[in-house]
Amino acid sequence: MSRTSAAAGKALTSSSSHFELFGLEPRFILDAVALERAYREIQSRVHPDRFAHAGDAERRASLQWTTRVNEAYRTLKNPVQRASHILALQGVDVAFETNTAMPADFLMQQMELREAIEDATETKNAVALDALQERIDGDKKVLEHKLAQAIDAQKDYPAAAGLVRELQFLEKLESEIDGAYEVME
Amino acid sequence: MALLQISEPGMSPAPHEQRLAVGIDLGTTNSLVATVRSGVATVLPDAQGRPLLPSIVRYHANGKVDVGYAAQARQADDPKNTIVSVKRFMGRGVKDVDHAQNAPYDFVDAPGMLQLRTVAGVKTPVEVSAEILKVLHERAQLALGGSLYGAVITVPAYFDDAQRQATKDAGRLAGLNVLRLLNEPTAAAIAYGLDNASEGIFAVYDLGGGTFDLSILKLSRGVFEVVATSGDSMLGGDDFDQRLFCWIGETAKLAPLAPRDMRSLLVKAREAKEYLTVHQEASVTAKLTSGELVDVTLDSETFCRITQTLVQKTLGPVRRALRDAGLGVKDIQGVVMVGGATRMPQIQRAVAEFFNRDPLNNLDPDKVVALGAAMQANVLAGNKPQGEDWLLLDVIPLSLGVETMGGLVEKIIPRNSTIPAARAQEFTTFKDGQTGMSFHVVQGERELVSDCRSLARFELKGIPPMAAGAARVRVTYQVDADGLLSVTAKESTTGAEASVTVKPSYGLADADIERMLRDSFSHAKEDVHARALAEAKVDGQRLLEATRAAINADAALLDPQDRKAIDAAVAALEAAMAGADHRRIKQAVDALNRATGPFAERRMDEGVRRALAGKKIGSL
Repeated sequence: MSRTSAAAGKALTSSSSHFELFGLEPRFILDAVALERAYREIQSRVHPDRFAHAGDAERRASLQWTTRVNEAYRTLKNPVQRASHILALQGVDVAFETNTAMPADFLMQQMELREAIEDATETKNAVALDALQERIDGDKKVLEHKLAQAIDAQKDYPAAAGLVRELQFLEKLESEIDGAYEVME
Repeated sequence: MALLQISEPGMSPAPHEQRLAVGIDLGTTNSLVATVRSGVATVLPDAQGRPLLPSIVRYHANGKVDVGYAAQARQADDPKNTIVSVKRFMGRGVKDVDHAQNAPYDFVDAPGMLQLRTVAGVKTPVEVSAEILKVLHERAQLALGGSLYGAVITVPAYFDDAQRQATKDAGRLAGLNVLRLLNEPTAAAIAYGLDNASEGIFAVYDLGGGTFDLSILKLSRGVFEVVATSGDSMLGGDDFDQRLFCWIGETAKLAPLAPRDMRSLLVKAREAKEYLTVHQEASVTAKLTSGELVDVTLDSETFCRITQTLVQKTLGPVRRALRDAGLGVKDIQGVVMVGGATRMPQIQRAVAEFFNRDPLNNLDPDKVVALGAAMQANVLAGNKPQGEDWLLLDVIPLSLGVETMGGLVEKIIPRNSTIPAARAQEFTTFKDGQTGMSFHVVQGERELVSDCRSLARFELKGIPPMAAGAARVRVTYQVDADGLLSVTAKESTTGAEASVTVKPSYGLADADIERMLRDSFSHAKEDVHARALAEAKVDGQRLLEATRAAINADAALLDPQDRKAIDAAVAALEAAMAGADHRRIKQAVDALNRATGPFAERRMDEGVRRALAGKKIGSL
């Protein structure tokens, strides 16, 4: 595999992509098993527990590496962040903060969901929260499927950026549901 | 990690003698020390054969300190100077302590962490804990017949940064080389997982004397991965005693109690609680200092009723951890019970009911944490060859954030992030010409700064004056493998960089530790010097060994120039160690550390390459 040897020949600095670090192709649809295996194999080489008896220089290098590997792993495991990373590698900025222009019907739907979460929290209705959680899970799956199409098949990165922003909205709703469960306890 | 076992010629580490390493469970009620001997983890008992050391410290006016059973025996006679459950005070202020009014101590409210006024002077919880650790340190050295290479000290998983830092400081104060702070449920999972060769997803329910942790771990061969952790660092068996104590007071219609009566009734309450573990009824009888007689009977049903809210209180964190892990009750393969308080039948029942399965009780809940810590200490000391050891992936329990406008918290590292972790955030100036910026570092889940724990405040100065919003200040949070935070701020738009690194303010400065160490040696100056020299030599020896091992393993990665620099620094350190100047040794250690920097980075890069190459071979 020429790709692998090319990656191995390059310095594994912080500038290499998260995918390269784990020896993976930069795709939205990810082989989770391969990712986990690569993560664990690298960790077992660089983790601070391996260097607790080593000198300062090695412990410092170990801390930096492990931090980097954890960050890369966290990014690739999360669909929003994985997609953003791929888009960034393609020179497309998802611009969560500045680009707030979303389709009106999508925004309307978001508002309705948010209100439903608030209602369920106020009335301590766990059943309603469960249903909302399920609904959002379903919406996320649909969006992730569309993202995979846009990124891996069509390579339509501007369209993908819009989908990532929508997915991010759903993640925020999910964390609001988590917060609601906590309030109810 | 089967794929990593293939070692290249010349890569296997030079055989060395086993380094003496211990695991210490510094508990609220009892503490233990354990080690791995001939491959088996065992608790080291005291001279009378008792494995536990009650975490009780009594100070005498003449400076003498009793620790353990001796202090326990006299706690009712001298409650003000006999400190129990000091772990509850670690990294805490007076306002954080529940039932402070029921505690017979003379608290001193100091910034960051409370202090206790005793006949032997004002003591910090760090100093009190260090007394317990010193006893265990001595016990281990005596049992193992040599000085310790290092120790792993366990902490509740839900301990925040302040509590962790305080624990590490106590270890240093007790003269220990703290190899790692290890989360208690994780330590238990290591002991349990290795003993039972378990695979799958497990929950560890750890209710100790003063803290509650719930961790969810994924166990697979050679890897212990914490998926989520939750808990309550102010909930434990002590609270059941307290509830029972209040019930006794109400039932017997007692007037406010003298400190001595308070302590003896609390002891009675604890005894009744333990008795009810295997009996249906317990009687509490005591004679108060006033001559009044207390005689009440408690049945297990009443005990369940009055402690029901406490039992329920543990289930909130259980649900939260499951949610954070994205798992349901049905995904959990087993629930490992840890901590003496899990012996209470109502706890066993509540856990069985919640998880819909019988909890696992086949390990001694008092010892399992210390045993797991000893196993980890053995690995960290380098006593296990690669391939026979394991990989431990732990998380931070509470989010770390920074204060923003309006007293709100911006989270920088979210809870349950795998450590070590680092995250950066950019900030900018608010006013034209602003040259300084102040930061407030907090920990917790709430949105308001006032609801979170304040860890540190610091200022970044020397920002070049420019228009509001033009400066770019990058604040980086780094959490190390102990779960401890350091923060750096750097301004970079103009190329002029200003940076500061802070240690949270509650922690003791290195100078404080040095002073305390000095104070603890009431002897002459030479002793302090002798100790500094001995420590510097141990450090130097450690670094020389590590450097030699690294060169043996990876000499091929060394270019001649680096090799020359390292050899020179090694020679300089050896020369310094032959002398008696600890400062010179320290300088030589620093120089060798600098000289090995590039080599260390190259070795680490190579390690990653080998890991990836191994994977390719494995997946063919």
